[in-house]
Amino acid sequence: MGEFKVHRVRFFDYMPSAIRAMAFNSCTERLAVARSDGTVEIFNFTDNYFQEKVIPGQDGRTVEALCWVGQRLFSAGLNGEITEYHLENLRPRYAVEAYGGPIWTITSNSQGTQLAVGCEDGTVKIFAILEERIQFQRNLNRQKGRIISLGWHPSGAQIAAGMTDMIAVFDAETGHTTHRLLVERGVGASKNKEVVVWSIGFLSNHTIISGDSAGKVQIWDGLTGTLVRSYLVTRWDVLVLSVSQDESSVIAGTSEGTVIQFQFISSTVDQHEKEWVRTRTFRNHSHDVRALIHTGTAVVSGGMDTQLVVRPLLDKVERNTQESALRKIAFPHRSLVGCAKKAGLLLFQFPGHLELWKLGESEGHGKPGDCLPVKRKPEKLIELKRKGEDHICCSALSACGGWLAYSTVSSVCLYRVQYNSNNIGIKKVSKLPKELRSAHQLCFSSDSSKLFASSRQSSVIVVAVNQLECKYLHTLQHKSGSRQPVHLLFASDDGKWLATANTDCEIHIYNLHKLKLHCMVPVYSSCPTAIAIHPVTSNLISVHADQQIFEFSLVQKEYTQWSRKLQTQGLHSLWLERDTPITHITFNPRNPDHIILHDTFMFCIIDQSLPLPEVKAVLCNQMTLKSLPVPERIGQSHAFKICKNFQHLMCVSLLEDLSLVVVERPLLDIMSQLPAPVHQKKFAT
Amino acid sequence: MVEHGDIRVVHRGGSKINFREPVVTHDSRFLLCASGEAVKVFSTSTEECIHELRGHTGLVTGVLLRPSNHLQVYSSSVDGTVRLWDFTDGILIKTYVIGYPVYSIYASANHEKVLFIVIPMQSDKRVELFQLVAVHLPESGEQLVETRELSAVLSNVSSNPAAIAFGRGGEYLASVNGLELEVYFFKKHKSFRFPLKKDNKKGGKNTFTCLACHPKDDCIATGHEDGKIRLWRNFNHKKEYTYSTLHWHHSAVSSLCFTPEGTNLLSGGVESVLVQWRYNQESERDFLPRLGAAITHITVSPDGALFCTSHSDNKVTIIQSCVKVSAVIQGLVKGDIRTDLLVDPRSKALVLNGKPGHLQFYSLQRDKLLYNLDIVQQEYIHESGLQQFEVVKAAFDASGSWLATVEERNQKAAELELNLKLWAFDEQTQSFVLNTTISAPHNAQITAVCFRQGADSQTTLLVSTSKDGHFKAWQLAAPAHTEDEGASWLCDFVGAYHDRLPECCSFSADGSLLAVAFQEVVTVWNPASWELLTTLSQPPGAIRDLCFGRLSCSKYLMGTTASNLLCCWNLLTCSLEWSTSMDVSLLLDDPLSENMAAFCCQSGSTDLFVFKPSEPRPLFSHKAVCSGAVTRAIFAPREEMLESCEESSQWLNRSQLYFVTQHTDLMTFTTKAEEDRLMASSKQLVIDDSVAMTPFYLLLGKHRQQQEENRDPESSLSVARTALPQTSTSIKELLQTPAHVLPSTSHLCSMFVQSLLISVSGCREEKAHTEEEMESEKEEEDSEEEMESSNCKPGPAAAAAAGGQAVEPDAPALTKAQARELRRVRKLDYSWLADLLDS
Repeated sequence: MGEFKVHRVRFFDYMPSAIRAMAFNSCTERLAVARSDGTVEIFNFTDNYFQEKVIPGQDGRTVEALCWVGQRLFSAGLNGEITEYHLENLRPRYAVEAYGGPIWTITSNSQGTQLAVGCEDGTVKIFAILEERIQFQRNLNRQKGRIISLGWHPSGAQIAAGMTDMIAVFDAETGHTTHRLLVERGVGASKNKEVVVWSIGFLSNHTIISGDSAGKVQIWDGLTGTLVRSYLVTRWDVLVLSVSQDESSVIAGTSEGTVIQFQFISSTVDQHEKEWVRTRTFRNHSHDVRALIHTGTAVVSGGMDTQLVVRPLLDKVERNTQESALRKIAFPHRSLVGCAKKAGLLLFQFPGHLELWKLGESEGHGKPGDCLPVKRKPEKLIELKRKGEDHICCSALSACGGWLAYSTVSSVCLYRVQYNSNNIGIKKVSKLPKELRSAHQLCFSSDSSKLFASSRQSSVIVVAVNQLECKYLHTLQHKSGSRQPVHLLFASDDGKWLATANTDCEIHIYNLHKLKLHCMVPVYSSCPTAIAIHPVTSNLISVHADQQIFEFSLVQKEYTQWSRKLQTQGLHSLWLERDTPITHITFNPRNPDHIILHDTFMFCIIDQSLPLPEVKAVLCNQMTLKSLPVPERIGQSHAFKICKNFQHLMCVSLLEDLSLVVVERPLLDIMSQLPAPVHQKKFAT
Repeated sequence: MVEHGDIRVVHRGGSKINFREPVVTHDSRFLLCASGEAVKVFSTSTEECIHELRGHTGLVTGVLLRPSNHLQVYSSSVDGTVRLWDFTDGILIKTYVIGYPVYSIYASANHEKVLFIVIPMQSDKRVELFQLVAVHLPESGEQLVETRELSAVLSNVSSNPAAIAFGRGGEYLASVNGLELEVYFFKKHKSFRFPLKKDNKKGGKNTFTCLACHPKDDCIATGHEDGKIRLWRNFNHKKEYTYSTLHWHHSAVSSLCFTPEGTNLLSGGVESVLVQWRYNQESERDFLPRLGAAITHITVSPDGALFCTSHSDNKVTIIQSCVKVSAVIQGLVKGDIRTDLLVDPRSKALVLNGKPGHLQFYSLQRDKLLYNLDIVQQEYIHESGLQQFEVVKAAFDASGSWLATVEERNQKAAELELNLKLWAFDEQTQSFVLNTTISAPHNAQITAVCFRQGADSQTTLLVSTSKDGHFKAWQLAAPAHTEDEGASWLCDFVGAYHDRLPECCSFSADGSLLAVAFQEVVTVWNPASWELLTTLSQPPGAIRDLCFGRLSCSKYLMGTTASNLLCCWNLLTCSLEWSTSMDVSLLLDDPLSENMAAFCCQSGSTDLFVFKPSEPRPLFSHKAVCSGAVTRAIFAPREEMLESCEESSQWLNRSQLYFVTQHTDLMTFTTKAEEDRLMASSKQLVIDDSVAMTPFYLLLGKHRQQQEENRDPESSLSVARTALPQTSTSIKELLQTPAHVLPSTSHLCSMFVQSLLISVSGCREEKAHTEEEMESEKEEEDSEEEMESSNCKPGPAAAAAAGGQAVEPDAPALTKAQARELRRVRKLDYSWLADLLDS
């Protein structure tokens, strides 16, 4: 495997923000997740829960609720606007002011023709969804008090609105209230506190299910307006409800971090009369569950503890398969760390600022596994605040450490960094070509002479940067017709190739000498999560969301022998069962056979000269190999060398001096920065 | 060696009543518990044992009310039979011979004439596997019925009776074993299995412990090792089943029970708290804490008014509507017996470890726990693995006015905590009161405590020996200051011998000598002057037990050594009188005679030898009294002496030998004569408060007495069986059959009224019935003859019979005419019954 000096970096204070709302599109199996900073993320559930797209947030724009209408995604927030997102350009398409004060909730009817929003001023506003925009239609009868939650009957004829202390049922046609369901307050001290109906479900058999701040899940008959059952599930709030597609199951998320399932089942075997019964409890969160989705096979929950948890329902999936495993998604599926290999600098990307760090140094040599004494501590060189309201969506640091660039949805900024021994100077390049307005992904060429910026419709803008000026050179365009954004960019070390990958799973190779498309790698069904071009052989390595690895020869324009062998033999099952994607690939300049890649929980060196592991072989065999005498090792060793010493990896990169940079962000550190959860009595404490 | 078939080893009282879950009868008046080889019927209101249903020859493993007749009860046993009883009268109705040991029994109203029993799988003898089979009970008028139709329902079930239950109306059967729940639907003949993962990540143990089915809904509640309760629903699907989890218990749930209406679920475990969950509103629950010991079973009376919980300390608690403990039926507490068995000289009760930190006083005569004396006086914490104070030694002085107890807690062996407590008997409260607490009386574990037995001694003396190499004498000292309340105990003397560890000590019968064994050496001291009189030794091997001879043998000192030697020293010559090589695990003396008993452990079982110290020949020996070693035994004095003339059983005349087997069963030796007497006297004790003092009662009572006489002890059971249906059932039938099927009232009434008259004119009918009378008298004679033939000692039996009659006079005696009338009634009734049967 080789021995490396490792920089174990733990000073990246990455802090994801809490999940606020979710919406699931069951046709395309895409989950939209809104975080409290306004970021909207799109996860593809058919492709190993890969985080396909991230729409950066904006100061002042919060998302309270999300809603899919067909392929279109709408959100509403406390700024009083309804926003539709441009999913190809990864930015808001337009925002419509609802004129009702802060909006608490948004929902669409099942036909996908209308949107209803619940406003602070007590109105439910109906908007018509048109081809390119939405248009206000009418208000339902105005109520006293804010509308917190909405439930639209599948037929579209009725809307239930959760408010404080009551639920109002409206006729969607006339706008009149047909029922007012009074919700009981909590007992004891909370008797004087008004109860908030946080969430509502309206089923096709006119059953209304509500979750409220007194900790109750209540089941109402919507036709008669009577309470059928009341379940006290928590001492705190029931924050969110979600109904399964077939309306046989409802899940409720509480402030205690639990998700409670209710099922509509018959009390006796041969009877057809069914009733709602509280069944399972899932406890996967430490904090409030703020967003909850009941997909056909799983419970997807997210909340204050920033993790997205996919808990498969074991009665809906095949047992002991990959599908039945619990998944926690804690880190973004893209790299937030830039590394200047020559200069030993690290660039950390935050939504609001960038940090440039100088790695520490140490001298002396030790045995493998030793901690070396630090001679010079790592040093934060620059903290660069962004301009404007928009959050940073991508950033790049040149290999020499002399250039730094970041982009928001509205602008691209390029900086010249001058660093010698003690002095640090940073200068903004004032005049950028007008073609460079916004970028989804930024990348410098290895000699730092060019900046590549992926732009709309998968095009890549090439800009020459030097001391004097910044000049637009060319726009690289492919011919496949895909309009999806480019999420990966890689420029080869020899400066000849540029590889781009977009969320349509396409990988394009451009010849930078000729400034034109070289070829397109055959499209694989799963989205690439990391791509890299080998500096010696010019082979493209791509790793996909389903954990497959391909090697594509750019010269021959075909898959290499090694890649074919890997495909015929198949990857080890343990490798395929990993649940975090590979986010970064680097190469070892000393040994061209080595490919270094990492996910959240391990990094791996693939030695292409060694045989691939057999199906029954032990995948992580480093320890057993160590104990074996040298001659026997050869027979046992295989291509995958996996190291799990470092966990919660944000980045693993190999510097020019052959020392390994490992950026860790322990989950416990993230947990410790979260606000305190609600108090719960724990047994024996 | 002399062996006597006459003397038998028998279970005497103290059997477990918490072995299987108790059954509450339909009217909630009786509680039926499997107890050893019998079923005990307790009154739920008075806690008294009303009678025992005896007949099984093996451990009773299940009691079950017959679904079709709530006055009858099934009992199953490992002897391979299922018996049907009438529990109100204690009559055996039928015996079904299964042929395999039965471990539990189930029935449901939906399956008539079918019983479900758990028997071992025949295929593999080595592995303990069990199967549930359905037994079709054949229609037969006979007493003893062979059942041939066994059909397997479920294989690989648990032998724990709490692991199988019938669902709503008997439509399905649920069984848990290990990590799997299996539900079998009778209609579809289909079973579903629901496995759980072995352990979850949070350290939960998912193993099933018990289950209960909701009486109305299709909901199964299962208890688990980690204290969780799962409520399973929708289990008629392979995949779409679902369950919810309730968690309050911190360790395994041992019992679950739904109330008959299904509104509540009761659960219990080691926390000794009864938890009541509202069905469908599980966040609301009620608790009944401080029930004393871990709950092992929970049952609810059919009307839902009474809850019964069995506890691990051999106790059944009856709870009214989950708030009030209304009765406690306490058996002999069986725990880890650390003290020797003792007999309280005052109450003649057996004294041994009871509840944790208590000594229990158990009346051997009445087979009843008298009371528990709290020695440790600290709250016991119900959690495994905690080191808590335990009573390890106890001793009474000769008069029973002082009790010495030693309690210890060893956190680690190095930090031993010891307390020696002395308790004085308080005449007013009739109980022991703490007099002196000596904390840390020794520096190491106390190996023995012993009071001076001298009858005349004004000053009682206590000697304790310890592993710290000393023995200490403690004496009651007058208070130093007048303001002190009373006398307390002080250390009088500390003795040691060459840094050896004293293992045991013994006072001679008159209290003039104290023998302390220091490993191989026996030292004999004068307790008055504390001078070392002599030493005796018989190396190699440390001395295990020491006993002075009594009465005529008081010059002898007996000792056993670890090197399998039984030695007898003559104290006059200070030399070894005789010794014999045997591995004596326990040596004890009879305080009322010269006899000594030695329990010898040999090849996995224990033999008993009774001998006099004066001669090395045993008076009595009994091979293999039980398996395993006997470490605790006691001679308990009899209330009245036996007059046995046989040489071999004379040693049992004055006192009775009780011992505890390794399974903490209390056993004793009994002679035939004694057994007979006991049986005879037990009849007098039957008091049925269920029937008011009416003329009917007199008729009935008379008959019951007869019938019980017939059902005598060992006396052939067949006699009892054949006699029963003719006598009592017919009368009962007459009194219990609905009026509309009876013969005309006028017919019966005149007859009955006549029977009440004091008959002078009785002679009128006498002739007409002479024949019958002759017949029936003959019958009676027959049975009496049988009885006599079975009794080897007619003396006591006759005396007992006389005693039985003596109770009667306060009730108006039946005149001859009445008796005749009664017979006529019986006769009449019988024919009428026969008609019914024919039709």
